[in-house]
Amino acid sequence: MKKTYKCEVDCANCAAKMEEAIKKIDGVLNARVNFMTQKLMLEAADDVYEKVLDEAIKACKKVEPDCEIETA
Amino acid sequence: MTKKQKKTRNRILVVLSLFIILLIADKTGLFENIPELVVFFIYLIPYIIIGYDVIRKAAINISHGQVFDENFLMMIATFGAFGIREYSEALAVMLFYQVGELFQSVAVGKSRQSISDMMSIAPEVAVVIRDDGSTEEVDPEEVSVGDMLLIKAGEKIPVDSVVCEGESFVDTAALTGESVPRKVTVGDDIISGCVNGEGVLKIKATKAYEDSTVAKILELVENASNKKSRMENFITRFARYYTPVVTIGAVLLAFLPPLLGQIAISDSIRRACVFLIVSCPCALVISVPLGFFGGIGAASKIGVLIKGSNYLEAASYVDKVVFDKTGTLTLGEFKVASVNPFNGITEDELLKIAAIGESVSNHPIAKSIITAYKEKNGDALIDASNANAKEIAGHGISAIYEGKELLLGNAGLLEEKNISFMAPNEYGTVIYVSLDGKFIGSIVISDVIKPEAKDAISAMKKVGVKKAVMLTGDRKYTADYVAAQVGIDEIYSELLPADKVDRVEKMLSEADNRSNLAFVGDGINDAPVLMRADVGIAMGSLGSDAAIEAADIVIMDDDIRKISSVIKIARKTITIVKENIVFALGVKILILILGAIGIASMWLAVFGDVGVAVLAILNSMRAMKIDK
Repeated sequence: MKKTYKCEVDCANCAAKMEEAIKKIDGVLNARVNFMTQKLMLEAADDVYEKVLDEAIKACKKVEPDCEIETA
Repeated sequence: MTKKQKKTRNRILVVLSLFIILLIADKTGLFENIPELVVFFIYLIPYIIIGYDVIRKAAINISHGQVFDENFLMMIATFGAFGIREYSEALAVMLFYQVGELFQSVAVGKSRQSISDMMSIAPEVAVVIRDDGSTEEVDPEEVSVGDMLLIKAGEKIPVDSVVCEGESFVDTAALTGESVPRKVTVGDDIISGCVNGEGVLKIKATKAYEDSTVAKILELVENASNKKSRMENFITRFARYYTPVVTIGAVLLAFLPPLLGQIAISDSIRRACVFLIVSCPCALVISVPLGFFGGIGAASKIGVLIKGSNYLEAASYVDKVVFDKTGTLTLGEFKVASVNPFNGITEDELLKIAAIGESVSNHPIAKSIITAYKEKNGDALIDASNANAKEIAGHGISAIYEGKELLLGNAGLLEEKNISFMAPNEYGTVIYVSLDGKFIGSIVISDVIKPEAKDAISAMKKVGVKKAVMLTGDRKYTADYVAAQVGIDEIYSELLPADKVDRVEKMLSEADNRSNLAFVGDGINDAPVLMRADVGIAMGSLGSDAAIEAADIVIMDDDIRKISSVIKIARKTITIVKENIVFALGVKILILILGAIGIASMWLAVFGDVGVAVLAILNSMRAMKIDK
C-alpha cells in the first residue's frame, strides 16, 4: 500500500533526515518526505501498514518534535 | 504569514527593541556599576524570549540522540558566547537566527503558494443532476461514470466527460497553456481541469475522478519533486558529512590552540562558536530543490509536464533532438492535399469518381479521399452499388463508373494498362485516376506538416540544440521533403519500429556524457524509444495515457515549439541551482576561514548562515518566471 499524508516540516534538511529515518524502519518499502509539497509518502505491505505508519510518525517527531502529520 | 510566523515576528520585534535598549545602555556605560551576575540576567530575559523554542527543541533532540541538529548547534554556540561573557553577541546571534528562519519560512511558503496557485486546476465540487432533475453538490471523487453533471459559467470541469447538452467555449490554459478557448458542443469530449466559459453545459462523466486527466496531472507534478536530480542527491549527501565535520572542527578549534598555548581559551571558544553557527546545512539543502520545483512549475505553466527534477536536469544538457516524424513534425492525419483534374473534367467530379471507387477500401488513403468528398458535399452518400469495385493488391482499385472502366491507383497500375499520365510535382502519395482507358487526373494525399514545425526547430537551434534528427517509416522521398521543409539536419527513412530503437541506441552510444539526446514521439507506438532516450518527450494529445506513462516530459497540447522553451527553462534552472550551491558554499567556507583566524564575528556568521539561505531562496524563485 502506498499513501500520501500532509506533513509539516520546517526545514529542508530535517525532511531529508526524516526520510532517511523512515526508510530504516522494518517493513518500509519506500518513503519520501517532500519538503516542497509538505507531503509524506509511505509505502509498506498492507498487513503491517498501520504499525509502520505509527513508527514513521515517531521517527519524524524524533527529528523534529513539532512536526505534524495528518493521518486522517 | 501563518499564525506561527506571526508569533515569531512579534517575538522578534519585542526582542529587537529590547536589544537596542540594552545596546545603548551598554555603550553609555550604564552597566559599569552593576554586578556581572545582574547583567547576565538582564540579557538572559530577552534571550529566553527569543530562543526558548530553539532550546526546547535542542533539549528534546538530544534526548533522542540527534546531536547534529541546527537547534542544538545554535544553543551550544550561544551558550558558548554567554560562557565567555559576550552577552550581547549571544543575544544577537539568537535574534538574527530567528529573523533568518522567519524569512526563510516566509519565502519558502510564498514560492510554494505561487506554484500551487499556478496549478490550481483541481476542481472543488461537482454538481450532479439526479434522475428526477434535482441537482446536488458532491465531491468530485464521488462522481461515478455515467453521472450527468451541470457545469455553469466559470466553473471547472470536475471529471473527464462528454458534452450532452449546451455549447460553450472552455479555457484549457491551466492544462495546456493555450490561451485561446476551445469551442465545445454536443458530443465533444471535455477534459477535467478546463474552465467553462459563458455557456451552461450538461455533461456525462466518462471517467472517475482518479482516472481523470486532472488527477493524473496533479499526481504527476506532486511526484515530480520526489524524483531527485543528481545535484539534489549530491547536496543531501554533502550535508550529511558537512555538519559533523565542521562541528568536530569547532571542538578542535576550541580546545587545541589553548592547550598548545597559542591563544586564550575565551578567544578560541568564540572562534569555535562561529564554526558551529556556520555548520548548519539548511541554506544548501533548501536552495536546490526549491530551484527545481520552480523550474517544474514554470514548465507546467506553459502546458509542459516534467516528471521529475532529474529530467529537468537531463533536459538542460540536450544537444540532439530526435523526432519520430508522424505526429510530431506532421499531424499524423492523411489529407487530400490536391485534386488535379485533367482533360475537361471538373475537380468535384474527379473527387466523386474517386470516392466511389475507393468506397470499398479501408486503407487510410481511401478514407482520406472519402472524407474529402463528404466534407465538400455535406456528408452526401456515396452510391457505389453499381460500381463493382475490386482491389488490385498493391496497385489500387478497379471499378465500373457509368458503364466505363475506372482505375484508381499508383503509377504502376496505369503503366501496366499503357495509359499515359502526368505526375504532379508534389510531395505525398499520388493516386492516378483513369476512366475508359484515359487519364482524367490525379489526387495527392499527404500527411500535413505542422505549421509550427519549422519555427520549433529554428527555436531549438537558437537555444543550443546542435542537431535535429528525423526518424520515419515513410519512403525516402516524403521524408526528404518534410525534412527540407522544416529544417532537419539528419534523416533516417524507411525504418521499421525496431530500427528506430537501434538508431537511437546507436546515437546514444556515440554521444559523450555531457550531451543528452531527447527523443520526441507521439507517445503511441514509440514507448520503447521514449524510455531509452535520455529525455523522452511525448505529445500529450490531451489525455493520452500511453504518452503520459512512457515519457519523461509531456507536451500537453502537442505544440513542439515548447521543446525549446523547456530546454530554456531547464538551463535557467540549472544555472540558478549552481549559483546557489557555489554562493552558499563559498560564503560558508569564507566565514569558516575568517572565523578560524579570528576575524569573523558571530554576527557575521549568523548572517552568513541565514542570509545566504534567504538569498538562495530569492534566487530560486527566479526559476518560476518564464522569459519570453
